[in-house]
Amino acid sequence: MSKKVIFGLYSTEEALFSAIKKAKGRHLEIDDVFTPFPVHGLDPLLGLKESRLHIAGFIYGLTGFLTAFLGMSWVSTIDWPNIFGGKPYWSVPAFVPIMFESTVLFAAVGMTVTFYVISGMGPGVKNPVLHPRITDDKFCISFSADEVGEGVAESFLQETGAEEIGSKTI
Amino acid sequence: MGSTIVSGFRHTLITGDKTYHQITEDLCRPAEKVPGLAWIGAFIVAVSVMSFGLFAIGWTIYYGIGTWNLNRTINWGWDITNFVWWIGIGHAGTLISAILLIFRQWWRTGVNRAAEAMTIFAVMCAGLFPMIHMGRIWNAFFIFPYVNTRGPVWPNFNSPLLWDVFAISTYFTVSILFWYTGLVPDFATLRDRSKGLRKYLYNIASFGWTGSAKHWQRWESLALILAGLATPLVLSVHTIVSFDFATSVIPGWHTTIFPPYFVAGAVFSGFAMVLTLMLIARKILHLEDYITINHIESMNKVILLTGTIVGVAYLTELFISWYSGYVYEQFAFFNRATGPYWWSYFGMMFCNVVSPQFFWSKKLRTNITFTFFLSILINIGMWFERFVIIATTLARDYLPSSWSLYSPTWVEIGIYIGTFGLFFTFFLIFTRVAPVVAIAEVKHIYRYAANQFRERNNIGHGRACENDVPDHDSDDFNADHSDDHHGGESHQQLKAEEASVARKAPVTDTEVRDNLKKIEGIGPKVEQALNAAGILTFRQLSVAEPGYLQKILDEAEGNFAGNIPDYWPEQALLAVEGKWIELKAWQDKYKHGRK
Repeated sequence: MSKKVIFGLYSTEEALFSAIKKAKGRHLEIDDVFTPFPVHGLDPLLGLKESRLHIAGFIYGLTGFLTAFLGMSWVSTIDWPNIFGGKPYWSVPAFVPIMFESTVLFAAVGMTVTFYVISGMGPGVKNPVLHPRITDDKFCISFSADEVGEGVAESFLQETGAEEIGSKTI
Repeated sequence: MGSTIVSGFRHTLITGDKTYHQITEDLCRPAEKVPGLAWIGAFIVAVSVMSFGLFAIGWTIYYGIGTWNLNRTINWGWDITNFVWWIGIGHAGTLISAILLIFRQWWRTGVNRAAEAMTIFAVMCAGLFPMIHMGRIWNAFFIFPYVNTRGPVWPNFNSPLLWDVFAISTYFTVSILFWYTGLVPDFATLRDRSKGLRKYLYNIASFGWTGSAKHWQRWESLALILAGLATPLVLSVHTIVSFDFATSVIPGWHTTIFPPYFVAGAVFSGFAMVLTLMLIARKILHLEDYITINHIESMNKVILLTGTIVGVAYLTELFISWYSGYVYEQFAFFNRATGPYWWSYFGMMFCNVVSPQFFWSKKLRTNITFTFFLSILINIGMWFERFVIIATTLARDYLPSSWSLYSPTWVEIGIYIGTFGLFFTFFLIFTRVAPVVAIAEVKHIYRYAANQFRERNNIGHGRACENDVPDHDSDDFNADHSDDHHGGESHQQLKAEEASVARKAPVTDTEVRDNLKKIEGIGPKVEQALNAAGILTFRQLSVAEPGYLQKILDEAEGNFAGNIPDYWPEQALLAVEGKWIELKAWQDKYKHGRK
């Protein structure tokens, strides 16, 4: 489904922040904000909820931990019991390093893959880039033409001092 | 918008007159321009050396491990020495990117990207050695626990050698994820600057990054959690490598000090290698504005710390071997220092214990030539350390009739040299395709680390200053009490900066002013003096040093003999936190603002 967006570029964080605040004051719904680097303080202003990635990470980590623990326990007590160095079959302390490593491995891989999937990113994915300077030095606010209205969005961007205003169908 | 306290005690991390766009230009340039002769020459050398290494590896695989000089007594030689050495070097990258991220040491942004790349390439070099050492490398996959047709027969989960497999493969994987996720936004920057085939390739590499606020939020969340995971991971890797030795019953190996001692040694050698590489890269790629003398000094401090830990570990080992009263243990250490390999022991002692101590001197710490020289020395010393632990110890075992000596064949030397070729080939390619300094992360710290902002706001002269900067991690910037320093280089930049200060910088000074008179001991005159010195708010006052406040009073006009600033910061802290009732109670308890 394609939609038309109106976007404006600002060259400082201050201009970006004041524009967002003004938009909120006027109840203009911002479609998205693009920045060249992580700008702190943006999330609460835009009303973005805290990322739940860490919860996913915990679940993946737990999976890794249990996989290693149960796997090694099964191998060394049921599938092929062996005595190493006179220790019991189920020598849990010796399993700790591998349990730790699997926890980290599962959590890291799982979280990273989740991050790319939920963000709609991956090798070769072509997401629309509104302006090539966004990844360089410009801060961008975009409005959906359907939600806000083209004229309203443009005049708002002009008024808040956007350096460049454009539109794109994405 | 939150506000950020920019402490005067923090170093300048970006010199020169930069804008966001200039940072992009500077950092993309090495990947965009046609490679120079130096790069081409270095690349040819690296590939040739790598090819020789591959030839030596092929020779080993074709003719077998018999082409090496290992024998029944000395069954671990250069191979495992090199393995541990490379793995150790591979520790600095994750340390810089993960541990320093958690500790909010922002100087990491100048060097983390290259250090992480170095980690990945070093781990690749390291992983080669145990694989070749297995002999039948085509069966290397036997080390993984997979359902097989041989029973299934499982690997021994109680063996540190198997723990090593898990530790190193996990470390390698997580390092790549961490590094690549950091690279994605920078690949997007390169993509948006390029055309044609390059654009196509960078689009694949950038995963379709757009820079959306939500993506940045997730990206930062991911980076922080990966850092949290990688921190214990990096410590676990060399711990487990040290278990390869420590869980054995060989005198000289069977010691509980090994894990911390190996980890410190790994960080020590890793930072030395980062310095060796970055001092060259900084020069050739013109990154002096982003990898400043302050970065180098910070790394040298880490080297001094870890080098000293290593030194203490060596001496502890000696003491414990004597104190144990165990003759075999005593002999192992006596043999290391006075046996046939005494030269490697003294090489190790000099390079690792004596040489980093020079870094107590600030002059030497900030001297680039000396740092480079010392980093090479440390690389050599750490190689000797592993050789001493492995070959020297094995050469004289329990039975004097089995005592032996060992020197490598050309094949072993060839493989070792070949790993340098591999390492540098990959590193050189990396400098051509990706920004060597993390662009987005440098822009992120630009607001308080760049010289021109600091100059404009009089930061860097022992003054705390409040900026209205979009950043809410104000606790990152609590003043630490290290010296206030401008490196020799940044001093030269200052003149140029003064001119640039007049240019319109996009920072807004806050008009916020607190009523400092609410602090017991501060009257209108004192407030005036503090305001004149740039202290306008409770927050600034709360992080100021009493000594510094005293200095302001001493230099201000008027007689302030009765005003003792010792407890002003303490009171100001209560004011910052809005604890007015507690402040009142404090002031009632301690009359005249003194304890």
